[in-house]
Amino acid sequence: MYKYNDFDTAFLAERNRQFRAQVERRIDGSLTEDEFKPLRLMNGVYLQLHAYMLRVAIPYGTLSGRQMDQLALLAEKWDKGYGHFTTRQNIQYNWPKLGDIPDMLDALGEVEMHAIQTSGNTIRNVTADHFAGAAADEIEDPRPIAELIRQWSTDHPEFQFMGRKFKIAVSAGEKDRAVLKAHDLAVRVVRNDAGEVGYQILVGGGLGRTPMIGKVLNDFLPREDLLPYIEAVVSVWNQIGRRDNKYKARIKITVHEHGIDDIRARVDERFALVRPTFDGIDQELFADIKAHFAAPEFKTASTEAFDAAYANDTMFRSWADTNLHEHRADGYSIVTISIKKHGDTPGDATADQMRAMAELARQYGHDELRISHEQNVILPHVHKSDLPAIYAALREVDLHTANIGLISDIIACPGMDYCALATARSIPVAQQIATRFDELKLEHDIGHLQIKISGCINACGHHHVAHIGILGLDRAGVENYQITLGGDATETAAIGERAGPGFAYDEIVPAIERVVQGYLELRDGAEETFLETYRRVGLAPFKAYLYPEARANAA
Amino acid sequence: MARAFTPKVITANHLLDGDVIYMTDTGEWTRLLSEAVLLTDEADADVRLLEAQQQPDVVVGAYLADAKVGADGTPEPTHFREEFRRTGPSNYFHGKQEEAQHV
Ligand code: SF4
Repeated sequence: MYKYNDFDTAFLAERNRQFRAQVERRIDGSLTEDEFKPLRLMNGVYLQLHAYMLRVAIPYGTLSGRQMDQLALLAEKWDKGYGHFTTRQNIQYNWPKLGDIPDMLDALGEVEMHAIQTSGNTIRNVTADHFAGAAADEIEDPRPIAELIRQWSTDHPEFQFMGRKFKIAVSAGEKDRAVLKAHDLAVRVVRNDAGEVGYQILVGGGLGRTPMIGKVLNDFLPREDLLPYIEAVVSVWNQIGRRDNKYKARIKITVHEHGIDDIRARVDERFALVRPTFDGIDQELFADIKAHFAAPEFKTASTEAFDAAYANDTMFRSWADTNLHEHRADGYSIVTISIKKHGDTPGDATADQMRAMAELARQYGHDELRISHEQNVILPHVHKSDLPAIYAALREVDLHTANIGLISDIIACPGMDYCALATARSIPVAQQIATRFDELKLEHDIGHLQIKISGCINACGHHHVAHIGILGLDRAGVENYQITLGGDATETAAIGERAGPGFAYDEIVPAIERVVQGYLELRDGAEETFLETYRRVGLAPFKAYLYPEARANAA
Repeated sequence: MARAFTPKVITANHLLDGDVIYMTDTGEWTRLLSEAVLLTDEADADVRLLEAQQQPDVVVGAYLADAKVGADGTPEPTHFREEFRRTGPSNYFHGKQEEAQHV
């Protein structure tokens, strides 16, 4: 894991000291809200519906046990005993008091964490594949690249006040688990025909009001060109991106309006100027960073304990079938801990649960934890022989839900229960859908199905790339939910199609039930997933299930 | 034709904890919508909003929110957003609904 050097530590301490003084000056009235707002946003402090919210960065979703313990401490000492993990691999606290936030930031600083660049028109917290360093399908661990980008972009003078925010994701697997194609810029580690490792650069993806799938800007970028190339991209966009309209300012619109070939030409031109200014220090830095991410030493041991539990304990087997993924090392597994118990708030964990997960990481998982954009927690390196003990420990803190990738593993943004921008609630919709399908006992039969819910057009809940997406809107003063079908967040990314008129708050769960019923009737055997069925039959047959009245009227 | 003025309350968030607050008849701040003053005159509402906005050491983001007279004669929200603001989130018993229990 990356360790701060003295410069990082001093930088952070200085930032926190400055912010403490700014908070004091705000409270004593010498700073107005207009003056203070940009300062607090730069430090991850938002004002939400009922309270302030502090958003803490978890760069590339990686945490140590000690850091997770500290997040638990913050939850307990300055919040209401829990935290909310977000789709940007961050954690949010929903109830901090303004005067306490400097203490919270200092406490985070003790474990090398902060809330910088979680907000504002900067290069945001770089996200990564949550299985990085563990996945069987990856070329290398992509996190050193994320860290390199983070170091280069943090406080980069050219990129502090851009036209809009800029989000970067990195991944190195065949599978895309980091929603690369929905990012402003994405770096995919690839191998060319000659067997050399380099980067594919995608650009112009994004969700929100105008969802776009990212396009390939460069198919194979040599390793040493990465930072100058990204700098060229960001600076081209910073120069020609639109600043007249907030909704047209993201790079996806720039790419859309200019066309990918025009952008490529401009980037190449800019790159030619920028490249010579990089003298190789970045490559030395990269080598240094890589050493911090060296893989743990994997052991060779018997998996007998696992095999026995798998054969004899049906609860354990069910959990193992859904919550484990293939690890690149023999005898190891990637464990996804669901923080989506049926009926609970997706992404929330209590302080006790955080500590329990931290302890498991220390005891069995090489002291590593990950947060996924799907709002779950991952133990990336676990030997199979330890899985029965882990499962037993998870049961004690109610973290043993076996639903990863299933219909109740829902992404939901905070929506109108917290978010000041929301047009409708999303959390209770997620809670009700999960509870309903749990009652029906259909979840495992339905199989892989992703529901994602956003409480407004900003799409933090990724609804556009959900198999079933739900968007909460305000229609004439009443909550109304629009359904999209057929979205895909992976390497075969697609934007879902709008199914038709929206549904009222009390109609949305039955509507989802009808869509799923439709899928069960339309699918070509239990092996065909929802998305496969959708791709085979299209929207029309699903509409008939969704709007039975229309079908009756037409008949 | 100008739209008829509908009754409003002045609401904001408290600087220190971000809690939702409302202006009372005497220009003080309360945490309860039921104690807020319901403004039916547009000019009066505008003047009071200006007053609210000139108290940056107490309030953040003051604005006029639609409200109506409820069954008990006190102001009530007309929009669900204001309903959540005066109650708290629906996934936990936190915020105002929780505080109301302690008094
Ligand atoms: S999608 Fe909208 S409601 Fe949900 S968190 Fe983002 S801004 Fe808030």
